[in-house]
Amino acid sequence: MPPSTTLDLLSLRQRAEIVAIDWTAISDNEGRRLRALGIDTGVSVEKLYKGMFGMNDPIALKVGRMMIAVRKSHARAISVSPVSVTIAA
Amino acid sequence: MSEIAPLIVLAGNPNSGKSALFNALTGARQKIANYPGVTVERKSGHFAFADGRPAELVDLPGSYSLDPTSPDEEVTRSVIMGLQKGERRPDAIILVLDAANLDNHLRFALEVIALGQPVVVALNMMDLAERDGLTLDPARLEQELGVPVIPTVAVRRRGLEDLSSALESRLLHEPENVEPVTPKDRDHGLSMQAKRIARLAVVSETAGRRWSERADALFLHPFAGPLILFAVLFVMFQAVFAWSEAPIGWIESASEWVAASVEANLPSGFIRDFIIEGAIGGVGSVVVFLPQILILFLFILLLEASGYMTRAAYIMDRMMASVGLSGRSFIPLLSSFACAIPGIMATRSISDSRDRLTTILVAPLMTCSARLPVYAIIIGAFIPPTRVGPGIGLQGLVLFGLYVFGIVGAMVVALVLRSTVTKGPNSGFLMEMPKYQMPLMKDILIGLWQRAWIFLRRAGTIIFAATVVLWLLLTFPKVPEDSAMSQVDYSAAGRIANVIAPIVKPVGFDRDIALALIPAMAAREVAVAALATTYAIDAPDEEAEAKSLTERLQSRWSLPTALAFLAWFVFAPQCISTIAVTRRETNGWRWPAFMVIYLFGLAYLAAGITYWTAIALGL
Repeated sequence: MPPSTTLDLLSLRQRAEIVAIDWTAISDNEGRRLRALGIDTGVSVEKLYKGMFGMNDPIALKVGRMMIAVRKSHARAISVSPVSVTIAA
Repeated sequence: MSEIAPLIVLAGNPNSGKSALFNALTGARQKIANYPGVTVERKSGHFAFADGRPAELVDLPGSYSLDPTSPDEEVTRSVIMGLQKGERRPDAIILVLDAANLDNHLRFALEVIALGQPVVVALNMMDLAERDGLTLDPARLEQELGVPVIPTVAVRRRGLEDLSSALESRLLHEPENVEPVTPKDRDHGLSMQAKRIARLAVVSETAGRRWSERADALFLHPFAGPLILFAVLFVMFQAVFAWSEAPIGWIESASEWVAASVEANLPSGFIRDFIIEGAIGGVGSVVVFLPQILILFLFILLLEASGYMTRAAYIMDRMMASVGLSGRSFIPLLSSFACAIPGIMATRSISDSRDRLTTILVAPLMTCSARLPVYAIIIGAFIPPTRVGPGIGLQGLVLFGLYVFGIVGAMVVALVLRSTVTKGPNSGFLMEMPKYQMPLMKDILIGLWQRAWIFLRRAGTIIFAATVVLWLLLTFPKVPEDSAMSQVDYSAAGRIANVIAPIVKPVGFDRDIALALIPAMAAREVAVAALATTYAIDAPDEEAEAKSLTERLQSRWSLPTALAFLAWFVFAPQCISTIAVTRRETNGWRWPAFMVIYLFGLAYLAAGITYWTAIALGL
């Protein structure tokens, strides 16, 4: 199992579970919006795309069946634990 | 049930297909207004039950939660709770859910159901869910939610009758008492509950990447993505000019024909002059831009309906961040190329108030279609149609330069504002990017019709009034026969212009231009009509009167003056409607006043620098 990391450092197409969110790094309003979009602890996410022209910002996430854009500054406040996908034989 | 038609509201998450369902239920006859005190649009229409009884249907702004984070969500919440000023308490609520996105959309649904009002759930976009490999069990969902669940496909009109009869029986029965969700730790609890119910409602789910995701591999590609976006924008702006040529010609011939028939059928005199010079001349010169506005809106509506617009915002986010804005500002600013009014209204989706204010303040710098007539006539008269490269004309290049000038100006102003008056921490960029969808022609046409109507109403009221007032001010008082003064000098308008003239003289503008700038406060495009009217009234004889506006401009203006005039219009806030909408959106006169002052300042500077540079270069 890879060690836990923050969302901005997660590699592309890697599934992970959100283990903690540092709400103090995010404004109240944005925190509410994050939760309204389904981003919360215990949720499984997948990083699909990142930035343009080699930049790492913003990040496109798959949450459930939705794709959501978040900025790196928010991703940094979200701790995730990568989930290794077992491929059925 | 009461005598008045029941009020039914449509609520749901953004991208749940709510508006498509609204269009399918009501048809093209919709009324758009604003809720009092706020600029959230109230879209209503008529709906009839199977037995013909009418109901009023209102499409509420898309919301993620009853805990509002934007003015739009605030209105949705108060309408549903029956607290909104200017709206009665809804008799029933249609909750629209994307069938393929249940665990996210159920969160809002659970919040609304917990209020205990009559609710019918429309499980929308069932076809897309099936295509994604999802099999759902609506009966199970109904059992879990405790309210009727009707599978629908709004764009194919499937399930509408079932929805109608479910609503009918819901309206006849008193709402049952539903266990309200405890407000404590509501967010988390709701998410878990939503997820649990979603899992129960899904019968089977096949894995595999959806085609929408495959499309994103291309459109959000770090290098191909931006290139495709710029290609799309290039085609869009090309089309605005190329496709509009023919319809503009038709409108011109039509207004000439009307003017000719008035001339032939009315005795000469005040009334005839008024109709031809004031009404037809003034309004006609503005209505010719309808084709360009509609083409631009056609593209914007298509980009929005297909889901690509949010990708464009994603691609642009990094660039917008460099001037302190976010990708969310891209959509309002793009709309502002058609007209700043819908652009400023579109800023409502920006949740950060400082971001939103900055976007509103720079929106008038995007070259709106009202500037086109001004640019077109000046460029046509003063810039030679020479070629500067293969397929690139000098005239087109100057026009392009004016657009770029506006964009660069907006970026610089945004940067300055974000570090001064709208200073604050950089906001985030949080946005759902919905699945791609085939836009439905009917929805696009309804959208286009609504824009065309708003524009024509504007042309028929503000622009008409401005032209008429100017014409009257120019015509009266009549210059005495024995006076050496010209009619313009003697008229009321001329006297006002003579006061302003010394102020704008340093930047190369004469009395006639000062005169055109006054009515152009109402709307920029009036400047063209105003110049035409002034020179027509001032024409010494029949022969001079027959000269075109282009020829008159060439004989009266120097090149530096013409260039300064162009530079002026890149910045000048000459549009009453924009100022009015800014006042409404910012709830007061403070920000519109600030906007007017800074834009006039910049316009004066830009015109001055252009004029002085051109003189120094000996142009």
